[in-house]
Amino acid sequence: MPKKDSSKSLYDIAKIKNSKKKWEEELLNPTLKKSPERDWKFTTISGMPIERLYTPEDIEDIDFTNDVGFPAVYPYTRGIHATMYRGRLWTMRQFSGFGTAEETNQRYKYLLKQGQTGLSVAFDLPTLMGRDSDDPLAIGEVGKCGVAIASLKDMETLFDGIPMDKITTSMTINAPAAILLAFYIAVAEKQGADIKKISGTIQNDILKEYIAQKEWIFPPTPSMRIITDIFAFCSQHVPCWNTISISGYHIREAGSTAVQELAFTLYDGIEYVRAAVKTGLDVDEFAPRLSFFFNAHNDFFEELAKYRAARRIWARQMKEVFKAKDERSWLLRFHTQTAGCSLMSQQPYNNVIRTTIQALAAVLGGTQSLHTNSLDETYALPTEEAVTIALRTQQIIAYESGVINTIDPLGGSYFVESLTANMEKAALDYFNKIDSIGGMVPAIERGFPQKEIADAAYQYQKAVEKKEKIIVGVNQFVQDHKPIPYLYIAEEIQQKQLKRIKELRASRSDKEVSKTLAVMKKAAQDGSNLMPFILDAVKSYATIGELCNTLKEVFGEWQEPQII
Amino acid sequence: MKKIRVLIAKPGLDGHDRGAKIVARALRDAGMEVIYTGLRQTPEQIVNAALQEDVDVIGLSILSGAHLSLVPSVIEMLKTKNMEDVMVIVGGIVPDVDIPKLKAIGVKEIFLPGTTTTDIVAFITDAVKK
Repeated sequence: MPKKDSSKSLYDIAKIKNSKKKWEEELLNPTLKKSPERDWKFTTISGMPIERLYTPEDIEDIDFTNDVGFPAVYPYTRGIHATMYRGRLWTMRQFSGFGTAEETNQRYKYLLKQGQTGLSVAFDLPTLMGRDSDDPLAIGEVGKCGVAIASLKDMETLFDGIPMDKITTSMTINAPAAILLAFYIAVAEKQGADIKKISGTIQNDILKEYIAQKEWIFPPTPSMRIITDIFAFCSQHVPCWNTISISGYHIREAGSTAVQELAFTLYDGIEYVRAAVKTGLDVDEFAPRLSFFFNAHNDFFEELAKYRAARRIWARQMKEVFKAKDERSWLLRFHTQTAGCSLMSQQPYNNVIRTTIQALAAVLGGTQSLHTNSLDETYALPTEEAVTIALRTQQIIAYESGVINTIDPLGGSYFVESLTANMEKAALDYFNKIDSIGGMVPAIERGFPQKEIADAAYQYQKAVEKKEKIIVGVNQFVQDHKPIPYLYIAEEIQQKQLKRIKELRASRSDKEVSKTLAVMKKAAQDGSNLMPFILDAVKSYATIGELCNTLKEVFGEWQEPQII
Repeated sequence: MKKIRVLIAKPGLDGHDRGAKIVARALRDAGMEVIYTGLRQTPEQIVNAALQEDVDVIGLSILSGAHLSLVPSVIEMLKTKNMEDVMVIVGGIVPDVDIPKLKAIGVKEIFLPGTTTTDIVAFITDAVKK
């Protein structure tokens, strides 16, 4: 074997600098003189400047072992499993729910029959806001954006004939997450399932509600207490449950940049860890059950660098700041959904291509599960045909594209490593800003993340209107298109659900309901763990609205600082 | 010249306010007086705010599919208060088949995803002049 010539090393920076200078003088500059680059801002979709060319010079400060390293090894930049998708593909989990519990139960049975093993429940707005279907503010919203679940009765119908010990269920629910989890546990018990073995996820991320999605009920402090009550209850009684899915998705959809999504989401995570540690829980007791949820937007490299940076930042925070000892506490596991806000109603079939690029970034970034949006979602909830194309998109990436053959195939790219490091640095700058305000709760109360996001959203809109950013079919290549078929949810759904809730109120013992609600109220006041009391109230068939209204009497309601 | 006064409102339970805020800011940048109600306003609260603020235009942002319940309530309430001269426009996700229904009850225009703020500014300026 010939002796290694060190001057041929990939990382002989002095030599690289020289040859780059030569290239610029002899080749690049004459070219630029003859034909300048397009009048174009070369930035990511979030406005991060991108260089013309990346070389080893740009990753000079990156240490392979400490910063990049190996999959399943700290700081996990390259992924959390030793074999990644060679061992097991990501979970293809499509989110669904509409109408009443009966309709959605039929859809779930169909999905399970097709071989799906996990369910993902979309609730309607009244449920998300902790209001009954017959609440005056619920008019027109029942069963529209998801399924209406007002009581244990509805949950029994939703899972009728579905074995809860054999499936996992993800529930996108935040402010009233404790109540929906109690519904789930109560139905599982009725089915005879061992609740120590049932598994699933509740989103339960209230901080991002204040920041972005705005589906809150109580103010931050009592909301954080309910969340830590859930952590403590589940670590004892429902140990396989993922107690929170810390979400950047909605932050991005509200118009944030990729860096803001990364920074605010991870800082939210840090805030939950701080809150739980403060109540006396050991970090390794709950941290392995934390999971994350990110957006996959259009800018391919920025997105995959974001996921790589997220794993690295989280691992370092958990190990170095929170001194977690269990390696599972260091791992950032995440679900990804492609960007709903990137979909356009103009020429809607183009959305399939956007979703494909976004899904590919999520896979190259090492996601654990993925939801791909359907092409018709700027119009309505998706039709069955549109959902099928979305699922097929994932299957084509998994089975045909070849990208799953090797782990982190873009690791080592000068550009990707440099971008990953820059995103980490930019996120840490935000961490410092939020630290100086005193943490995420004071930052939210002051409207800091809300304002940052609103500014970014407005800048983006202006850039689109000035055509500094091109959206195909919207501000360039505009063309009329034929209407597409879409799902229409009839107004009769509301009447059907109102009848269900009326029947429930007539059939239960109001005395029992009042009693369990009063006991729960007392627990809310004296600081006991709320979960067992919520569970008892739920079993007496108290409705979600009754539970939330009782808790509002103790905790009050959140009033948002007004920011435009 | 008197500035055009616009109330931007989010009726219903939905919290997705990206669009409402962008439109509010763009109208303000275009020289209009803009009042934003914040989230989860009942039709009654919206009409009261419009009355108090003496606005020329109410812009309703709805993405949840509840437009056929919420918009008619606002318009009915405007009628009972003799405020039919206030122009109502809607922005958000509205299926094609519902557009004629909303226009028939008096909605002046419906702005769908992809509309530019420039178009919205131009529409309001023009329509209020008439």
